[in-house]
Amino acid sequence: MTGIIGKKIGMTTVFDTKNNKQLPCTVISVEPNFITQIKTKEKDGYDAIQLGYGKKKNVSYPLQGHFKKANVEPCATITEFRGLMLSAPVLGKAVHCQEIFEEEEYIDVIGTSKGKGFQGVVKRHGFSGVGGQTHGQHNRERAPGSIGGCSYPARVFKNMRMAGQTGNKRVGVANLKILKMMPKENILLLQGSVPGARNSFIILKK
Amino acid sequence: MHDKIRLANTLYHQDTLKTQKYTFNVGDTINVHVKIQEDDKERVQIFQGVVLGKKKEHSPEGTFIVRKISSGIAVERIFPFVSPNIAKIEVLREGKVRRAKLNYLKDKKGKSAKVKEKIKVVQKEKQEKI
Repeated sequence: MTGIIGKKIGMTTVFDTKNNKQLPCTVISVEPNFITQIKTKEKDGYDAIQLGYGKKKNVSYPLQGHFKKANVEPCATITEFRGLMLSAPVLGKAVHCQEIFEEEEYIDVIGTSKGKGFQGVVKRHGFSGVGGQTHGQHNRERAPGSIGGCSYPARVFKNMRMAGQTGNKRVGVANLKILKMMPKENILLLQGSVPGARNSFIILKK
Repeated sequence: MHDKIRLANTLYHQDTLKTQKYTFNVGDTINVHVKIQEDDKERVQIFQGVVLGKKKEHSPEGTFIVRKISSGIAVERIFPFVSPNIAKIEVLREGKVRRAKLNYLKDKKGKSAKVKEKIKVVQKEKQEKI
């Protein structure tokens, strides 16, 4: 598995001249990532590469030591990618977007979705609600209804859809096309939308 | 708009982006010459109508809406300002309007659905006096 960490900037539209269509797309900032740790099969039991992205001012002492070991400035976020993605990874080396991806390639994106707080079943699971305010409905328009039987099974089944925290969750999107790569400006243009708020960190995977 | 979004947008359209700016206003009756690709042939179709509004005119995302009545049925078309399929735009008649969006035209019928023409006051050239 190979990948890189980026930051969501926002959305825009571009005009595709080949198909005469206006395409929705997301702009992603992919500044060079730094290799903060190399995990090997002999030492750690599996092969992986840890990448760091962004800058952070105040870092805890244990993390400071971790970055110092790799000779890298403290990063805002760290992600591990399984497998060896570079032929000869060097600790502290910068990884650029163009080394991993190509234009017109389809990639997967992982991000943290926007938090919506504690939501009811209508918003969270798309229940249709009761449907009417009349016919003696009282105040139960958005109630979930029955959640199971009574004396049998005498319990509520697991994974019963109920109200709760919505959003602010790790969400992945597969097969987004890279419309354009701008290595000079460290910008990536992806077709379609990407989970998360603006300026949130996202993981791009091959 | 974020600087990087603007930059990404302009770089994507580098080859196709129109540097030419259109000079029509909302309420004008215009001719949009639309390029249409048919297999190998390319021809130009004219879409004539009233400009109902513009959106984000100075941005690469911007669009404008043109409305015409074609054999009794109203047709609205949205064109991006950067669209490479627009060959040219002619202004046939300038409209006298007080709004940025002419959505009220959709509900009107007959004579009241028309936009009044702007009457230009021709000023004498100042250079002659000097």
